[in-house]
Amino acid sequence: MKKTSQKTNKLVSKVFLYFFLLVFLFISIFPFYWMFVGSTNHTSKMFTNPPTLTFGDQFMTNLTNLNDSIGIFRVLFNSLFVSLVFVVLSLLVCTFAAYALSKFKFRGRNTIFMTFVLSMMIPYQATIIPLFRMMTEFNLLNTYFALIAPQLCFPFAIFLMRQNFLAFPDSLIESSRIDGAGEFRIFWSVVLPSMKPALAATSIYLFMMQWNNFMWPLVAVNSPEMYTFPVALSSLIGISMIDYGQIMVGISIATIPIIIFFLLLQRHFIAGMLGSAVKG
Amino acid sequence: MSYKRLTPYLFLAPAILLFLCFTAYPIVASLILSFQKLEGGTYVFAGLANYSRLFQDSVFYEALKNTFIFLIVQVPIMLFLALVLANALNSRLLKLRGVFRVGFFMPAVTSLVAYAILFSIMLQDTGLINQFLALFGVENIKWLSTPFWAKFSIIMAMTWRWTGYNMVIYLAAMQNIPEELYEAASLDGAGKFRQFLNITIPQLKPVILFTAIISTISTLQLFDEPYNLTNGGPADATLTLGLYIYRVGFSYFDFGYASAMAYIIVVIVAILSYIQLKVAGDD
Repeated sequence: MKKTSQKTNKLVSKVFLYFFLLVFLFISIFPFYWMFVGSTNHTSKMFTNPPTLTFGDQFMTNLTNLNDSIGIFRVLFNSLFVSLVFVVLSLLVCTFAAYALSKFKFRGRNTIFMTFVLSMMIPYQATIIPLFRMMTEFNLLNTYFALIAPQLCFPFAIFLMRQNFLAFPDSLIESSRIDGAGEFRIFWSVVLPSMKPALAATSIYLFMMQWNNFMWPLVAVNSPEMYTFPVALSSLIGISMIDYGQIMVGISIATIPIIIFFLLLQRHFIAGMLGSAVKG
Repeated sequence: MSYKRLTPYLFLAPAILLFLCFTAYPIVASLILSFQKLEGGTYVFAGLANYSRLFQDSVFYEALKNTFIFLIVQVPIMLFLALVLANALNSRLLKLRGVFRVGFFMPAVTSLVAYAILFSIMLQDTGLINQFLALFGVENIKWLSTPFWAKFSIIMAMTWRWTGYNMVIYLAAMQNIPEELYEAASLDGAGKFRQFLNITIPQLKPVILFTAIISTISTLQLFDEPYNLTNGGPADATLTLGLYIYRVGFSYFDFGYASAMAYIIVVIVAILSYIQLKVAGDD
């Protein structure tokens, strides 16, 4: 008797558990579905009763309208160019720094590292005005330089890479030195090749960061042909006659590549977003 | 030492140079600017004028109040939800764990601007969410045009975006809790709920502290969501410190005043992080 009631209890809690998780799964992913549906329908279909939940045939019209409003290829190019150049340069700068901070002993090492770490606590808003004035002063507003340069030294990336270098055996570096390899060569051909997973995770993190960056590009760029994608999207909702169809296409384009990328690389992705938060 | 003394500095040079130009200098310049005022086209020293003006600025108080409401309401709800979801997903017997994990995490990879705009469309008076609620007989809610519901909307949107992210952090940390702890508790007759309270939460304390600090810092800087969802409205009900700084700095071009406000955030971040470390630290 007792056994069966225990079994039903287990079953009930299991059903409850799956129900709970499914509700949350639905809440998490349904907005994406609705966004894709919206991008294929006319604006008027976004607010019908009952709601439109099936794909329509207006995608190309919406896309054309969107292109007419913000020059979609231009702003996508800006975002992609800025993000990719940023990832490559920032990865170089931060990996170099992290290597020095983990594999060499020298004066000021801890001070430098602590300064980098503490600077992560400083809110964005506290640096943005002097940065803006600096860019104005040197006539660099509306340039790729202004969009890319300010965050190249990205303390969190240094932190992430340092954690990974710490796990690399010093003896391998020592023996390469004995073999007469130069310091840069050791770094490049002995140490870096074994850092591929860490480099992948860090670059995904940096890419996401820059691709989604909003406040700084909003300030640093004011001519529409230099807009990054988020800034261009945001400019669409300020106007009086909002065409939701084209906005839906816009936010779908901002989302689909990332989702595909995420689904393909989700292990690295999650590692990159988590950083070493979990290792500590 | 078998390497040249200069070597580490060479590796560090690009980072330090960039850091000095684009982080250290602006931090200091901003502090100086916060004590200055624009007079006849140039910035002159104005003592604490900007700060004393802040304490008489009712809009600043509104922004401060709103920011703290978001902080106090949204962060605990999100972190608790993330813990519960992570705990539910942690069972090895659960089927489709991978699907749930990936699904819950998906909102965290979308662009902040894109999701804020998506929510602004769903929350229109005749939008999807009201249509859905109508199925349950709920009256039309004016999500974005009444002060209370506008705040609620921002909290809802942020919770949607960030819960999965925190859940994944907790989930990863839960993998490191020794299985024996649960087995021993099980033998002592502790139920799942007791185990969650007495084993999972204490074991995760450092990670919970980490997520609390990160969420606190990012909530204090909150900008993208209120800018794109409500633009601070209605009647400044969703105006945050981050948004007000942007307004003062880049609509009114009052850089000194905006810098003073930015430094208020720096001070609040420092104080709150210190308190969180003290409260949750190992004494």
